[in-house]
Amino acid sequence: MNKETTLNIVLMTILVAVPVLAWMSDEPFLVTLATRAVIFAIAGVGLNFALGFGGLVSFGHAAFFGLGGYAMGILAFHAQTYTPMMEWPFVIEGTKAMPIIWLVAIIVSALVALAIGMLSLRTSGAYFIMITLAFAQMFYYFAISWPAYGGEDGLSIYVRNEFPGLNTMDPIQYFSICYVLLLLVLFIVHRAAHSSFGLMLRAAKQNEERVQAVGQVPNRLYLIAFTISGAITGLAGALFADLNRFVSPTMFSWHTSGEIMVFVILGGLGRVFGPVAGAALYILLEHSLGGLSAYWHIYLGAILLGVVIFARGGLYGLIAGREVAHD
Amino acid sequence: MSFVLLAEQTLNGLQFGVMLFLMAAGLTLIFGVMGLINLAHGSLYMIGAFAAAATAAATGSFVLALGASLVAAAIAGVIVEVTVIRRLYDRDHLDQVLATFALILIFSEGTRWIFGSFPLFLDTPDYLSGTVSLPFGVQYSLYRLTLIIAGLLVAVGLFWMIAKTRIGIRIRAGENDREMIAALGVDISRLYTLIFALGAALAGLAGALIGAIQSVQVGMGEPVLILAFVVIVVGGIGSIKGALVGAILIGLTDTLGRFLLPKLFALVLEPAQAASVGSSLASMSIYILMAAVLVFRPKGLFGDS
Repeated sequence: MNKETTLNIVLMTILVAVPVLAWMSDEPFLVTLATRAVIFAIAGVGLNFALGFGGLVSFGHAAFFGLGGYAMGILAFHAQTYTPMMEWPFVIEGTKAMPIIWLVAIIVSALVALAIGMLSLRTSGAYFIMITLAFAQMFYYFAISWPAYGGEDGLSIYVRNEFPGLNTMDPIQYFSICYVLLLLVLFIVHRAAHSSFGLMLRAAKQNEERVQAVGQVPNRLYLIAFTISGAITGLAGALFADLNRFVSPTMFSWHTSGEIMVFVILGGLGRVFGPVAGAALYILLEHSLGGLSAYWHIYLGAILLGVVIFARGGLYGLIAGREVAHD
Repeated sequence: MSFVLLAEQTLNGLQFGVMLFLMAAGLTLIFGVMGLINLAHGSLYMIGAFAAAATAAATGSFVLALGASLVAAAIAGVIVEVTVIRRLYDRDHLDQVLATFALILIFSEGTRWIFGSFPLFLDTPDYLSGTVSLPFGVQYSLYRLTLIIAGLLVAVGLFWMIAKTRIGIRIRAGENDREMIAALGVDISRLYTLIFALGAALAGLAGALIGAIQSVQVGMGEPVLILAFVVIVVGGIGSIKGALVGAILIGLTDTLGRFLLPKLFALVLEPAQAASVGSSLASMSIYILMAAVLVFRPKGLFGDS
């Protein structure tokens, strides 16, 4: 077993041990904190699929995070007010069932990611960064100026949505749902990264000409990666909105895009479990530095600056060595 | 809808566009010469506005306040360039984005720490307040008219500097081939610092000028920064001419969209619905414009294709 695998196991064990211990010692706040870390990890794993494996520097993943959040918000809002979402040409009702909400969040984010990807992938480099940022910003302003679902104030959902057989309002049970989803997403991303598609994608990141020479179309690989990436981040958005029972345009803001990127970088770019470490570290920093000073973003900025300039490779790079294992 | 109202909104759009140009010019120069994406450009805009507000509060002079905004933003630019940005020129765009994102966190929280969360106010001076009468019965704010003229003068000055002066020749040479001008004996790292300071000063000036019509607060630079990105993507990254055309296009589209779209929808929808559909669509109009430009010209209107 190499260092990276050991680190993966230790990380996932800590991530489940902390909330279980907190639950046994009756500290629901820590359980919620761990749930946040798990949800951010899912969002980061999503971005990492495009950024780490495909080299697509998307600075607009807040668009998908927010879409997932609003998918949950809008469906649950119609269910709680007993108004149909659409009456013509056929009736669509809202719902409080988590599995349906997740499915809607994933499909909507995937479709939007496909559309944004098709436009943005016409360009590359700096243009790609700015365009993805601008598209996310478009959703942000749209959410603010569209009054039907709360506009700038956002949308509150009174009771967390339902999952068959579980009491989702119990913090440890909701944590379990999110943790299982994280494992599922990690499994899918691990398999995808090691499939022939994943190998081609990583090859395209390193050398597009050679990938073209063996008959692949790099842009098609990128588009698929971007779509999957958006779908995963959308799922995280739905879970995050359900955790807070609140959605607001802030989920679309570019700070959110930046934060998701920070999870990926703090953990280690291009490692399947990297964003999990990054999200956990971020929550840890937020919690410990936030207690130290109200201006904790200064310290976060300084740490991020240090990681970018001196410690490329993030936490995984420091502990498991710079090279990504070729297993 | 009267002609006078439309003329006034068009002037507002022009004023907005000209101010966007001050931001976009620095961004596009820094990208064109050094290949750097600088997210912290919005922070320099904010620093300019805060320096102006603090100076105006202390001395009561608007001209001194503008001077302070230029100097403070340029000094902040030089400090950041020498300590951080310089290490990023050879890195990929991802590192640049992250490091400058970190700088935004530091600048924003630092400013909040020094000045607090409450907005500051910068008043327009007496000699620039009130309105002027323009031809065809249009009454327009003197201050906003001054902004348009000042912005256009800066644009002309910038074009002259780049086309005619020695430093302009070096900037253009730097855009074409960095290694070559270094080999010809130009102190490239001093040139970079100078360009960064110039871009910073322009951003700081824009912050101070806009600060007098909006409130001066932490985070004020970020919406403008993103619009400036849209401007340079539309105009073509690295092109000053593209930045000017793009800025005015974006300024007019945004302002006139907000003004005309609700009225347009009012022709076919009920008033309340028309207002909400129109304003939501107007808030997206510049991004739709950007997407349209990219479909036809992926490198922007004036980019090298």
